[in-house]
Amino acid sequence: MDRRPGALPGRCLIWIKAGRLVTSYSIVIQIETIATGSMADAPLPHTYGASAEDAPLYAPRKQIYPQAVKGRYRTIKWIVLAVTLGIYYFLPFIRWDRGPNAPDQAILVDLANSRFYFFFIEIWPQEVYYLTGLLVLAALTLFLMNAVAGRIWCGYLCPQTVWTDLFYAVERWVEGDRRERMRHDREKLTIQVLGRKALKHFIWIMIAWWTGGAWVLYFADAPTLVYELATFQASYIAYLWIGILTFTTYTLAGFMREQVCTYMCPWPRIQAALTDEYALNVTYRYDRGEPRGSVKKNEALKLQDLPAGDCIDCNQCVVVCPTGVDIRKGLQLDCIQCGLCMDACDSVMDKIGRPQGLIAYDTDMNVQARIEGRPEVRRILRPRTLFYAGLITLVGAIMITSLAMRQSLYLSVMHDRNPLFVRLSDGSIRNGFTIRVANKNLDERRYALEMEGLREAKIELVGGEIDQQGRSIVTVGPDQTLEARVLVTDTASTAEDSTSIRFVLIDLATGDTAGASDHFKAP
Amino acid sequence: MAHDSHEQVDAVTGVTTTGHTWDGIQELNNPLPRWWLWTFYLTIVWSVLYAIAYPAIPMISSYTQGVLGWQSRDAVVADLEALKQQRSGMTTKLAGASLDEIKQNPEMFAFARAQGKAAFGDNCAPCHGAGGAGAKGYPNLNDDDWLWGGSLAQIDHTIRHGARSTSDQGHSGSMPAFGRDGMLKREEISHVADYVRSLSGLPTDKMADLKAGAKVYADNCAACHGDKGQGMQELGAPNLSDKIWLFGSDKVTIMEGLHNGRGGVMPTWHGRLDDTTIKALTLYVHSLGGDQRH
Repeated sequence: MDRRPGALPGRCLIWIKAGRLVTSYSIVIQIETIATGSMADAPLPHTYGASAEDAPLYAPRKQIYPQAVKGRYRTIKWIVLAVTLGIYYFLPFIRWDRGPNAPDQAILVDLANSRFYFFFIEIWPQEVYYLTGLLVLAALTLFLMNAVAGRIWCGYLCPQTVWTDLFYAVERWVEGDRRERMRHDREKLTIQVLGRKALKHFIWIMIAWWTGGAWVLYFADAPTLVYELATFQASYIAYLWIGILTFTTYTLAGFMREQVCTYMCPWPRIQAALTDEYALNVTYRYDRGEPRGSVKKNEALKLQDLPAGDCIDCNQCVVVCPTGVDIRKGLQLDCIQCGLCMDACDSVMDKIGRPQGLIAYDTDMNVQARIEGRPEVRRILRPRTLFYAGLITLVGAIMITSLAMRQSLYLSVMHDRNPLFVRLSDGSIRNGFTIRVANKNLDERRYALEMEGLREAKIELVGGEIDQQGRSIVTVGPDQTLEARVLVTDTASTAEDSTSIRFVLIDLATGDTAGASDHFKAP
Repeated sequence: MAHDSHEQVDAVTGVTTTGHTWDGIQELNNPLPRWWLWTFYLTIVWSVLYAIAYPAIPMISSYTQGVLGWQSRDAVVADLEALKQQRSGMTTKLAGASLDEIKQNPEMFAFARAQGKAAFGDNCAPCHGAGGAGAKGYPNLNDDDWLWGGSLAQIDHTIRHGARSTSDQGHSGSMPAFGRDGMLKREEISHVADYVRSLSGLPTDKMADLKAGAKVYADNCAACHGDKGQGMQELGAPNLSDKIWLFGSDKVTIMEGLHNGRGGVMPTWHGRLDDTTIKALTLYVHSLGGDQRH
């Protein structure tokens, strides 16, 4: 302690602990002042768990060896894993016939031609707001899931969870279950174990490599690219991206695992701000479980009419947990709510002849209510969920409507900046415009250009053809845009300083029109 | 900040302190994270290798060249070459096509206009303005009044060889200095100036003697500007009967031209710009307002 003259009494010590032991989503900041001199003997403020002196500032990662488990939620997770990975790996191979002037891949991000194809939808770069809409929908769906049943996304759907689950399955298949793996890591390395580990890493890398390989297929014609990749003719960018995704998948699912969820991902923190007391979460029903004890001990207590819980402290919920938490300590940041502890506990309850559901989707509020003898409250429909559902419906409706009303013809016009107008030899005034015509149809279209607003004005499309009715015709190729120059001439006597005009394009095949407004400038 | 030379061990963490104290807060002397330290060492090694491999250290009159021989100038040349290569398909097409063929082909026309617009900004805009609007003495290229003709071929010739330029194929013919060289008296100049204004319907002074002006015009001006002031493109003689005035339509400006003569210079671009660029420029300028007579 600092006892030099002039030094301020007291010393401040701050540490931040990402709550491994903490019973909430919060990050605990403990500020403790140890006074000097006469106050040195004052009792320390109470801190959580161990006293401040021996609390470590840094905890190294503890290797987690989750045990295999069977049950309802494990089955759901296998199905979700198969479906999501199946979609990811095979979606690029689905074909979708669009005709001769467009690719026939159902989902394709065509960066070279700046087009995005999604089944019957084709998106141009200027329509990227549909992507914004999708992200808004995705965020709202996450919020809704969270409000209904907590971290559904984290536990079942998140790529980190799905791939880690797959990697654990490989690990278990090659190296054996929890006890065997722990023994291998504890004991001296044998050739046999080394071989198994090598095989495990090989399979992991193969899965990771396939993950990267599937990713690049979304950006080019999948069958062609597979052939090019196999014959080493593909561009280096493709190999580079496969390499990057192989590396990230291998690292994140093979090594980082639950640390991604606990330390890297922002969603657990955001979730803490979004949840409420009605949201269902994987909950240890301590009203039923406590006081915990061995089967025999609790049986004995019951015979004496003393309180005894259903939890037999078998630790199965802990050993199956892929993030290594003890759910009996309550809702915590590390828990991704994957439901495996429920399966583990249910099978134990079956064996000791107690009802299932000691760990189940429930709320802390209801646990409290049961303890106090109040009725349980289960409210899926409440302002929060209705609000999210309403927003999802609204955003979805807006997107579908705008998609349905979307035009296949688009016209934009830009007035010449310099000169704004020009006087011709006969005294009439001419304005120059640059128009851009976007033809989103997959065939070539011919459009007639007309102008409204100036009755006497002549309109000329530079380099364009003229049809029998004297209209200027512009021809635009399939799925293309065309820039053209338009000259509008009016006699000076009728032109004001600025007259509103409107260009109209008429599709000669369908009669569809598109318009764009501008001004005719005069001295 | 107080400094304490004695190392102390912090009771809570068991880590030594640096001896630095701020308002009673002590600084723990934790080691740097290994990954950070090694990254730091790696950057030092990298900088040394970089200085050896690439141009790096300034000398008195030059700089170290680096063992790889890399130069940013070479990189620019390579980039430009790559760009040329990328454009070569369209450039070759333009080189092999006539001006009319390019204009008829929408794809080639669009490319030529884009290339021409860029070349115009680099070479023509200083005199003719960014949009070709011109200025006093520099023709507006957006209107329909062309001193040397507004057809594709005529524009091409004017860009290639210029007017009153160093090229012997360039346009020639100037407005003589009637006043300065003593061919016309001051009052004759005044009369003919009034007459010229009347040709395009501009108001004239009540006192103006249009008859005298007409006679001066017929004797001196009609040979080049035509008997009705319609001009003559072969000589670059402007049309005096339209609403477009290169220098200005007020009487003083017209008299100034009559006294001192006129003769703006368009330089020759043949040899300074390549054939394809001149073609592109021609098509761009033509699209601004070429050819049209109303």
